[in-house]
Amino acid sequence: METLSDFPLELTGDATPMVRFRKVRKAYGALTVLDDLDLDVAEGEMVSIIGPSGSGKTTVLRMLMTLEQINGGCIYVDGQPLTHMPKNGRLVPASARHLRARRCDIGMCFQHFNLFPHMTALENCMEGPVHVLGMPKAEARDRSEELLELVGMIGKKDQHPSRLSGGQQQRVAIARALAMRPKVMLFDEVTSALDPEVIGEVTNVIRGLVSEHKLTMLMVTHQMGFARDISDRVCFFYGGKIEEQGPPSQLFGNPQKDRTQQFLSAVREAV
Amino acid sequence: MLEWRWEFVWEVLPRLIEATGNTLLAAGGGYAIAVVLGLVLALAQRTPYRGLTFVVREFVEFIRSTPLLLQIFFIFFVGPQFGIRLSPWTSGMIAIGLHYACYLSEVYRGGIDSVARGQWEAATALNMTAFQTYRRVIIPQAIPPAISGLGNYLVGIFKDTPMLSVIGVTELIHTANAIGSEHYRFFEPYTLVGLIFLAISLPAAGLIRLFEGYVRRKMGL
Amino acid sequence: MSFTEFLLQYWPRLLSGTGITVAQFLLAAVLGIAISLVMGLMKLSENRLMRGTAITYIEFFRGTSLLVQLYWIFFVLPLFGITVEKFTAGYLAVGMNIGAYGAELVRGGILSVPKGQWEAALALNMSPAQRMRRIILPQALVNMLPPWGNLMIELLKGTALVSLISVTDLMFEARQINNTTFLSAQIFGTALIIYYILARFMVTPFMRWLERHMSRKMGRS
Repeated sequence: METLSDFPLELTGDATPMVRFRKVRKAYGALTVLDDLDLDVAEGEMVSIIGPSGSGKTTVLRMLMTLEQINGGCIYVDGQPLTHMPKNGRLVPASARHLRARRCDIGMCFQHFNLFPHMTALENCMEGPVHVLGMPKAEARDRSEELLELVGMIGKKDQHPSRLSGGQQQRVAIARALAMRPKVMLFDEVTSALDPEVIGEVTNVIRGLVSEHKLTMLMVTHQMGFARDISDRVCFFYGGKIEEQGPPSQLFGNPQKDRTQQFLSAVREAV
Repeated sequence: MLEWRWEFVWEVLPRLIEATGNTLLAAGGGYAIAVVLGLVLALAQRTPYRGLTFVVREFVEFIRSTPLLLQIFFIFFVGPQFGIRLSPWTSGMIAIGLHYACYLSEVYRGGIDSVARGQWEAATALNMTAFQTYRRVIIPQAIPPAISGLGNYLVGIFKDTPMLSVIGVTELIHTANAIGSEHYRFFEPYTLVGLIFLAISLPAAGLIRLFEGYVRRKMGL
Repeated sequence: MSFTEFLLQYWPRLLSGTGITVAQFLLAAVLGIAISLVMGLMKLSENRLMRGTAITYIEFFRGTSLLVQLYWIFFVLPLFGITVEKFTAGYLAVGMNIGAYGAELVRGGILSVPKGQWEAALALNMSPAQRMRRIILPQALVNMLPPWGNLMIELLKGTALVSLISVTDLMFEARQINNTTFLSAQIFGTALIIYYILARFMVTPFMRWLERHMSRKMGRS
């Protein structure tokens, strides 16, 4: 990461996207995973990211959640730079303090749930609000119970993750992330580790979120039908770049690029 | 502040070096016993004879749970009580050998347990005897994971040799004590002993790691 | 004299010796656990100075023998003006020694917590301190308890060495009684049994209980 002198210190204007990737590069040693990526996500938009493995899709989410450092370019969230911070009129790599301040706008759900095993479902949801946001316990409990109700897990609020099925754990994980009231929600292959019959539980919850809340969401998924149903836009990634993107009806119904067509037909065959 | 007297160091160093040789000898001897006896104890816990397995298991637990120092005293003093005189060296090596054999048996057991189920089944399918199975299939695969454990205990034995000083074996600490009493100066002797230990045990740990890598490569693992 | 007569005559001394041994054990355990946590965390730190300090401490105390460390604290430190009375020197040496081994267990325990937990905590925007205290350490603790059980036994055995600086523990009393009566088998045998009882029927069951208790708190089993 370097100092950027020709990047804006903040994004302004009515059409400011909630998330902006600008010329973002990510490499692991000699292997370039993302190359000069430009991606905008508008406020309240639901974007699905699809593509073959190794195409860089998960890396996009992980960089947004600051789990990985970027090697070039800049990411903006809600108009403010995330990976960098302004100093003397330029953007320099963000300090830990800056990251902590900006990170509160983003929440993430993982493929393997990552619930805290030594806490009950309710305690998992309360953990962030109480200890990170400094919320009083009673208020955090109310909020957590509301969210557990929303995802249909209120009956199991006092169970430990080891007593819950995969689908149940993932729903609790979604409640936990929502408890932090992020502006952007990231879903990283949240159904890939689930048995087929419980995938529906989780996708229904996400469906509900999309229709009732104005959350900005990015979702990496292999569930093409689901992506088609609920997304505002679908991005097809290939080789670290966006090969094609557009509304689901267009991308799934009338893919323009060869690679997109190949990928979609391979996926259809697998199903 | 006490000052470090270099002339004293050069004066006593030869004696300490000789004592180091004794220490290494005692450690090596004890280790040799432990390596062999440990394997025996490990295999003895895998026999179909429940009585034998139980007795060996309890014995190993007993030795591992009680202090080596006490075991050294026991072996050194109990012999004469019943008419068997053992020299300090002999009782020392027997005590160390026995004590560490029990530790090594656990290392061997871990290595043996780590060999995949299917290996035993394949050996049975080929109609191998138990002895052949162990010798040609199981033990060769059990050794590489066991090497770091085996090596660490060698270093451990080396560090436990000072206990032999209490029954008169002229190893490092014993010699340092003698030097200290003779010259009324303990600072240099004890410090030198500490440094000698570090100088031997630290590189030894590194060498063990290298050796483990070598054995794995050689066996194609 | 018969064994019963022997016990009747000497049980007070054996009892007081055992009391001292238990005291040394507990004090060394508390010290050792504290040092392990500090050094284990320091070794994982990004800060090179902290890491270096931890590595130096660990390698030093693991690379030299407990007996040498004990003698050093008791005999050499006074020459620098730091006089420690023998009971304190005893548990200090044992505690510091165990702390070096325990640090590796702490480190291993923390590293064994799945990466996803660190990421989930980060995604909730927890500070590194919160993450360690509320998420990582509780899980690390459960993972590291089994090897800690073994370390506690080693600690118990290590306390026997303090007898060599004349702390009147069980080992010391045993030697004294042997020196006067030469009933080596009886006295050393009894001492062995007492250590065994302490290890097998007190330390180990307690550690197992602790493991089960922590597992339950973690919502497992």
